Amino acid sequence: MPETFFGWVVYLLQQYGSVLLKGAVVTLLLAVVGTFIGCIIGLIVGVIQTIPLEDNDSKVKRTLVRCLQRLLDAYVEVFRGTPMIVQAMVVYYGAMSLFDIDMSPLFAGFLVVSINTGAYMAETVRGGIESVDPGQKEAAIAIGMDHIQTMRCVILPQALRNVMPQLGNNLIINIKDTSVLNVISVTELYFASKSAAGVYYKYFEIFFITCVIYFIMTFTASRLLRWLESKMDGPKDYQLVTYDPMMDPCGDIPLPTKKPKGRY
Amino acid sequence: MEKELLLSVHDLKKSFGEREILKGISFDVRRGDVVCIIGPSGSGKSTLIRCVNYLEHPTAGTIDYRGTDVNEAFKKLTMYRTKVGMVFQSFNLFNNMTVLENCMVGQVKVLGKSKEEARTTALKYLKHVGMDTYVNAKPHQLSGGQKQRVAIARALALEPEVLLMDEPTSALDPEMVGEVLRVIRDLAKEGLTMVIVTHEMAFARDVSNRVIFIDQGVIAEEGEPQELFTHPKNKRTQDFLSRFANA
Repeated sequence: MPETFFGWVVYLLQQYGSVLLKGAVVTLLLAVVGTFIGCIIGLIVGVIQTIPLEDNDSKVKRTLVRCLQRLLDAYVEVFRGTPMIVQAMVVYYGAMSLFDIDMSPLFAGFLVVSINTGAYMAETVRGGIESVDPGQKEAAIAIGMDHIQTMRCVILPQALRNVMPQLGNNLIINIKDTSVLNVISVTELYFASKSAAGVYYKYFEIFFITCVIYFIMTFTASRLLRWLESKMDGPKDYQLVTYDPMMDPCGDIPLPTKKPKGRY
Repeated sequence: MEKELLLSVHDLKKSFGEREILKGISFDVRRGDVVCIIGPSGSGKSTLIRCVNYLEHPTAGTIDYRGTDVNEAFKKLTMYRTKVGMVFQSFNLFNNMTVLENCMVGQVKVLGKSKEEARTTALKYLKHVGMDTYVNAKPHQLSGGQKQRVAIARALALEPEVLLMDEPTSALDPEMVGEVLRVIRDLAKEGLTMVIVTHEMAFARDVSNRVIFIDQGVIAEEGEPQELFTHPKNKRTQDFLSRFANA
């Protein structure tokens, strides 16, 4: 048996490395898939929440949209307002006793993480849409786009860029918070660590390893998202063309001499 | 021969809540007209031009396009807006698109043109405003004047019958005003029909063939630029113009 702390760490890594790694894979899978599906839910909810109602819309449309919006409000409030650990219990055992659905813990895990993330992302997306300059929407309307085209081509791409930091936040939170799913026996990293620690009663050593694995995952995720953000922003270069004759206040201003062929 | 009537605004009124901004405004725009709308701040100039494009829905009154009410002439307002283009004070270029994409998106999405066709048209008008070397730039890489020139090209790319401009140079640094006015002047020479809200009196006098002076939601005076600027009849017009003369 090893004597020192690091001796134990190395020994436990040899013994349980693969178990912990499997747990880490499950954690990562839950976090990535949950965040992804959550984002899609959030996007849909956020878009519905920001449908503008105008005075000349029909009464049916107004009532329908209003009802839907209140319903989604309720969803957001309930899932933001209760802990994920409790949601996991309610969903997993509730489905079993109410509807006789015996879902696998992993599936319940995906479900809970997605719905939970969706509730947070809905608010983020709403904020992202509202933070896009209203002039962008006006310009889109002014060149003849309808509401859906305006959203798809102009507002959402910009809103999505605005929510990227929050999306990163959510991914990191999910990597860590999926640990609560051990209450419904999802074999993610925390669950695997707990099992491994029980064998030799070496809690500190095992959870030291677990800690490092969690940090590696979150740190990688945050750097990857940063890189993605800068990629989305494109070059920051202002000097694209060295000389723009029309901008030079002193120089000769050559007007386009050839008139374009057109109606006017 | 009388030029073809393109737009006819009739007794247009617009209120925001209790406040009535436009109190019944009527004017015509014929093909080849360059109409400049001037007036003190808060007189309703911008509201008027936004109503003409239905960015604001008028409270009362009608707008006819070639003799037919806009709401009857077009099934959808979106098609009307491709005929009546708009240039904004704050440019409002789509930040997520390049210069070229800005000029193409309307043609592809609204007019249903092919991408190649849209590209050719976009390049033609970008060249016209001297921005064809910047096709791949994003708006944040451009100066104010350059942005406005692209915004003009974007509006022109839909080949509208009338171009509305809402204070196209008000958000620009003084040194950049020239390049934008130059482009507009050039368009006027080519016979493009335009309605321009502006604070540039010298420019209005020079470029327009009709000037409308709006004050407190009504047209206080209207006429040819020479006449209106040198011999204003209305007392409010005189006061307004004298401020510019002393400046």
